[in-house]
Amino acid sequence: MARLTMGQRAVTMVEALRMAREEGATYRGIWSWITTVDHKRIGVMYGVTAFAFFLVGGIEALLLRLQLATPNGGVLDADTYNQLFTMHGTTMVFLVVMPLSAAFFNLLVPLMIGARDVAFPRLNAFSYWVFLFGGLFMNASFIAGEAPNAGWFGYANLTSTTFSPGHAIDFWALGLQILGIASMASGFNFLVTIFNMRAPGMSLFRMPLFVWMTMVTSFLIIFAFPVITVGLFELLFDRLFEANFFNPAEGGSPLLWQHMFWLFGHPEVYILILPAMGIVSEVLPTFSRKPLFGYPFVVFSGIAIGFMSWGVWAHHMYTTGLGTVANSAFGISTLLIAVPTGIKIFNWMATLWGGSINIKTPLLFAVGFIAMFVVGGLTGVTHSIVPSDYQQQDTYYVVAHFHQVLFGGSMFALFAGIYYWYPKFTGRLLNEGWGQVNFWLMFIGFNLTFQPMMISGLLGMPRRIYTYPDGMGWDVWNLTSTVGAFLIAASVLAFIVNVIVSMRDKRPAGADPWDGRTLEWTIPSPPPPYNFAEIPTVRARDDFWHRKYREDESGRAIPVVAGAAVEEEHAAGEHHAIHMPSPSFFPLIAALGLPMVALGLMYDYALVAAGAAVLVVGVYGWALEPASE
Amino acid sequence: MQHAPTADAALETSTGLDNRKLLMWLFLASECLFFGSLIAAYLLYRNQSIGAPCPSDCVIDGVTHEGLFDIPFTSVSAFVLLMSSVSMVLALAAIQRADQRGMRVWLATTALLGMLFISGQAFEFTEFHREGLSLSSNLFGTTFFVLTGFHGAHVTVGVLILLSLLVMAFRGRLNQAQSLHVELAGLYWHFVDVVWIVIFTLVYLIQP
Repeated sequence: MARLTMGQRAVTMVEALRMAREEGATYRGIWSWITTVDHKRIGVMYGVTAFAFFLVGGIEALLLRLQLATPNGGVLDADTYNQLFTMHGTTMVFLVVMPLSAAFFNLLVPLMIGARDVAFPRLNAFSYWVFLFGGLFMNASFIAGEAPNAGWFGYANLTSTTFSPGHAIDFWALGLQILGIASMASGFNFLVTIFNMRAPGMSLFRMPLFVWMTMVTSFLIIFAFPVITVGLFELLFDRLFEANFFNPAEGGSPLLWQHMFWLFGHPEVYILILPAMGIVSEVLPTFSRKPLFGYPFVVFSGIAIGFMSWGVWAHHMYTTGLGTVANSAFGISTLLIAVPTGIKIFNWMATLWGGSINIKTPLLFAVGFIAMFVVGGLTGVTHSIVPSDYQQQDTYYVVAHFHQVLFGGSMFALFAGIYYWYPKFTGRLLNEGWGQVNFWLMFIGFNLTFQPMMISGLLGMPRRIYTYPDGMGWDVWNLTSTVGAFLIAASVLAFIVNVIVSMRDKRPAGADPWDGRTLEWTIPSPPPPYNFAEIPTVRARDDFWHRKYREDESGRAIPVVAGAAVEEEHAAGEHHAIHMPSPSFFPLIAALGLPMVALGLMYDYALVAAGAAVLVVGVYGWALEPASE
Repeated sequence: MQHAPTADAALETSTGLDNRKLLMWLFLASECLFFGSLIAAYLLYRNQSIGAPCPSDCVIDGVTHEGLFDIPFTSVSAFVLLMSSVSMVLALAAIQRADQRGMRVWLATTALLGMLFISGQAFEFTEFHREGLSLSSNLFGTTFFVLTGFHGAHVTVGVLILLSLLVMAFRGRLNQAQSLHVELAGLYWHFVDVVWIVIFTLVYLIQP
């Protein structure tokens, strides 16, 4: 390809900017967000919505902790308590951690692989709207006065119409069905994006770790969600049409529900943690100024975890009487899955080892993740031992364990990601001082909340009890947990203050504030709608780093003369206008049909027909409108 | 559905496979787990029903109940669905060599055969219902109607896709250049067919 002159390059850039401005002018203000198909805007919407749900789920948790602060607590009655712990779990899993991960998929994957958008921008918008409506539908149950109350895994036959009359469980099951559609749609979208939309030279083994983990997670999503979809359909048929799937009186087995739920549910916990591992694998190299140690090992460990996550589900069911052989087999597979996880931990530590470490908030959260996740992982290993698990089943030890991996793990990593990539998408850095306050409050609060639960659990305190008598030896541990929970709340407030402080601080962050390694740092902050004026050609893993630095004989990084490497990159630039996908209303319309159908199934079948009609209009409008100019 | 690759039509995909085709393959892979779960539930509950009706002749509390399944009838409707896969292949082959009329004929044939299959299923469902089988009658009713009902819903969606393609063809919007639309519909249609072969074999033919 002929080398472009400076003049030609400038013409290309101007042309691209003009096109982009015209595209953006189609809708303005709020309409430009409602009709957007831009992966960055959708990512921001995912992030903001998920954070709002994080506050809702957090307030639910604080109410639970207030009730349990002292013996014979009188803050909540038993029924409200059941609704709050069910909605807390459901919210945090499906409306917070998954969509926050989805926010990062949206924001980062196209930038990291050098693409202008995802493979299916309108499908992407559809995913977001379905997620939003699913979340609102689920929480509308509070307005209806009957929020789901059978726990986040809704065991049969507690969920039957006999034991759960009313619509609480219908809200839960239908809400999860809607959210499942959103997750699967984005799973398909990101797989196609990662396989098909990579820039020239971006081979699979040059992809950033986060992109790898997005791929594994997306595979888990598209294979695990159909299983729970069927389980939820069976539950709904039982409840709405008097079918017998989980009805023991007709020979149905409530255990079938547990198998289906956990066959989905265990891959699901890796759906929650693998994106977090991807984030940490990006943050640690940047702040150690070293490449990720053992890149192929981290990649293959992630893939191994993806496969093995299908073979461990029954460790949630040891006490259901599966028999010695099944329990032993699942115990062994659960022990084995700790191996690839351990490999990752050692690789992250080796990444830090000998690096020139830059202690900033993202790094603090990433290191906090490693420490907390190790504790969570090791308590998980204790659960794989069948006799030990018999003792811990349904105690606070289990509660402590999964918060250790999902909060100490996933949420810490997600906060690391927020602090790391915030300047890329807003153009402003978050304040470092408030960031440190945020981290230390959260780290101390987290440990104060959940380490005492390990002890109260081992002392025999069952989970899901709304109160307990005094004299059980649990008082001090519960009070400590409650104090810790409020420290966590304070840390979240510190984060909100930080965002406000950062918005007032007008200093621009610049394109590359952290001296980053991956392609997203090569473009302006915030990125233009088309991301890359010219699609980059990738020559190496951590391509941007190698454009900035070369190594001397002793392996130390020496800055390349400014601009030299970037200059060369543009040689292969394309010389044509950038076509961006057009904004569209139809994803929103199609998504709107789903909660209508769900409400109709509970209250009036006429609404089912109306919702289906809206869905059909949305889908046909979508199919027939041109995707781009 | 019509998803043009974003950004740049001139840009080749990394794998060389069209985005939409890759999406369809991934969707069908995901559907395997969907039908796999339904079939697993059916097999788990096979012969676990308390009380009649039964799929094949059974004796409950000393009373003999005649089985519901009419294997010759269902074999014919299975054959109809299999033949629709042949006409689907012919429709795609026609449009790929720009034979517009051939494509319309074979698309219409495929849709008709699909509708014939659905009619057969509707007849079968009414017949079984008349003999006392319902979602709530016993485990057999529950698992049978839900499994074959979801398959029937998939065939119905397939028929709607085929009819939409026909409308597009008559409005002149489905030419050789858009043969991918026919190919995608075909992938879905063949998948639904294959699922029926599995269901027909496991549910109807193999009676323990």
